[in-house]
Amino acid sequence: MLEAFFDSPDAMIMLTGALVGIAASLVGTFLVLRGAAMLSDAISHSIVFGIIIVWLLTGQASGPLQIIGAALTGLLTAALTEFLVSTRKVKSDAAIGLVFPLLFSIGVLLINIYARNVHIDQHTVLLGEIGFVWLDTMELGGLLIPEAVIWTGTMALLNLAFITLFYKELKLSTFDPALARALGFMPGLLAYATMGLLSGTAVAAFDSVGAILFIAFVIVPPAAAYLLTDRLWLMLVIGCAIAIASAIAGYWLAVLLNASIGGMMALMTGGFFTLALLAGPRYGILAQWLRRKRRRGENACRTLAVHLYNHEGEANASEENVAAALSEHLHWSPEQARQTLLKSLDDGLISRSGDLLVLTPKGRATAREVLEPWSQAPAN
Amino acid sequence: MIAFLSDFTIQNVVVGAMLLGIISGVLGSFAVLRKQSLLGDTLSHAALPGICIGFLVAGSRSLPFLLGGALLTGAAAALVVLMLGRTTRLKTDASLGIALSVFFALGIVLLTMIQSTGNAAQGGLESFLFGQAAAILRSDLYVMGAITALAVILVGLLWKEFKLVTFDPQFAATLGLPVLALDVLLTTMIALAVVVGLQMVGVVLMAAMIIAPAVAARQWTDRLGTMVGLAAFFGMAAGVFGALVSATARGLATGPLIVIAISVLVLASLLLAPQRGIVWEALRQYENRKHLRARQVLSTLYRLAAEHNDPAYRAEQGMIDAYHGFGTHAALKRLEDRALVTQTRHAPETTAHWKLTQAGIAAAQADRTENGEDHA
Repeated sequence: MLEAFFDSPDAMIMLTGALVGIAASLVGTFLVLRGAAMLSDAISHSIVFGIIIVWLLTGQASGPLQIIGAALTGLLTAALTEFLVSTRKVKSDAAIGLVFPLLFSIGVLLINIYARNVHIDQHTVLLGEIGFVWLDTMELGGLLIPEAVIWTGTMALLNLAFITLFYKELKLSTFDPALARALGFMPGLLAYATMGLLSGTAVAAFDSVGAILFIAFVIVPPAAAYLLTDRLWLMLVIGCAIAIASAIAGYWLAVLLNASIGGMMALMTGGFFTLALLAGPRYGILAQWLRRKRRRGENACRTLAVHLYNHEGEANASEENVAAALSEHLHWSPEQARQTLLKSLDDGLISRSGDLLVLTPKGRATAREVLEPWSQAPAN
Repeated sequence: MIAFLSDFTIQNVVVGAMLLGIISGVLGSFAVLRKQSLLGDTLSHAALPGICIGFLVAGSRSLPFLLGGALLTGAAAALVVLMLGRTTRLKTDASLGIALSVFFALGIVLLTMIQSTGNAAQGGLESFLFGQAAAILRSDLYVMGAITALAVILVGLLWKEFKLVTFDPQFAATLGLPVLALDVLLTTMIALAVVVGLQMVGVVLMAAMIIAPAVAARQWTDRLGTMVGLAAFFGMAAGVFGALVSATARGLATGPLIVIAISVLVLASLLLAPQRGIVWEALRQYENRKHLRARQVLSTLYRLAAEHNDPAYRAEQGMIDAYHGFGTHAALKRLEDRALVTQTRHAPETTAHWKLTQAGIAAAQADRTENGEDHA
């Protein structure tokens, strides 16, 4: 049963994608919240430099040495960027944009010179080839498991352990870095640790989804989750769920359309993000639109109540307080007048008496609430 | 050398690199000053699906179609970034990252779909990833040249407006300038610069061509006009260098070479530019520190003399060291050179002693008056 699972290329490809997605979006959540999301862009490019250096030194194209090398490269990127910013000659966004293209360029040229036609080439680094992950296997506990699954799984577990252990510290240093520093939680050190884990994840992922599509997994699922919830732990869970769903849906779509699997997985994260953006329960565009529409309707009812209240019992009440006068006196379109009238009747703000519109006690209270807020008894 | 330069391909490459340098330097200056450096990165990645769509529409590798598509999807990505910033609570960098990765993913998907159809004409689409200067045709140059000319003319015509929107958008708005429209125009023009650079450096590294020349130029001047001109020059220099090396040494991608060249220029500018250069700044700081120490020591001697009511008070060097917590010998030597203090002996002690000269007393007094701490 288990053997059959690990023997199936389909399952292995989806599993690798899902593991990359989980590992990436766990760390990505904190980057998105901190406003440092583009650092993942920088790191995923500059680890190419680290990968080729480690390859030149040791001849290994994956494995623990590569992950450590990548972690160091990630730290190098962050440190160089911070150094440039600290000279105060360069703004932080420009500093990021200066450091990673340089490291990436050196990496690509080294590949051009030394590693042509070898396992590493610039396309693998950039685009990855998740379709072949099941070819390189390793024996573990009597099972043949693809190396990519082992390394991405390790990184996912590492990230999960890090976040579980330092949950409180990470939360505090993300939302209130000043307090975290004052309490001695060392937010700087935590940020560097996050960066190191991110780089390690990037290198574990680069074989399968490639450097740039890795960015999609880091930023997009957490960003989508951020539009759906206000709770940190729920954001982490939703981010992982979206990543897993993207990996599975992306794989089948890619097979169907005969397109890049990694690309399709990343594209699916975009699809889920669009869904969250449109249909999110609270921050979604649809919800915002409905809320605005409902509020507009409520305001119109209040306006109507105030209008009726103003002319109540006056000589011209029979002229003003009739349905026919609304569109002219309140500048409402006939349709809007009709809608407001219906809603006010439904809500019990007004009642009809022949042609005349009469305020109910509730409607009168509403009008007074608007006109004389001071006369209202305090709520408690 | 002459034969080398008259080579047809080489000429194309050099002209292309020059065009790229001009447009990315000019527009990059505005992007960097407006703190939109990474927008270039997003726009350049977002050009990839446009290239593929252009190819699918035209059915061949026809440059105007490819570049038109690139411009279109670049602008769409910029719109997405703008829209996410306005309707959601995501921070700008997350919006940039989302647009970048999702558009690029779409590009990769389209690219692989085109490749899997086995269309023979698709060869060369991949060169847009890292750039391949040698593949530039003479007809491509006309397109690139027209775009560059358009961008430069627009910047020239709207110079005052762009300058104001860059440095003081609020003021520009109060003057009644259409700030949003100018914003959109500048962003679209950055997409134009990206489009020109696609063949030379490729989508992945185009970000560096937007940022680096402008950052290098910024170090040399405080005037926008000079900065834009210098940025164009730096961009051209790096472009020509990278393109020539890549065209002669086979197998080296053009983009990375250009990026390394421009990075060297940035580093040199950061270190050596007059006024802002890190080296000069460090030297100035060192000079200042020495000067400050001398003034501190002079002031200490003055206060000791005042305390003892003896203008010729002889202070022992070890004591002066102890007052300051650092070795004061160098500072005292400097003061001696300026004839503000003299070294004396104070028998029976054998160690070095120092006292103020007449000029030293005057200088210390002038210093104290200047600092507003007159002998109260």
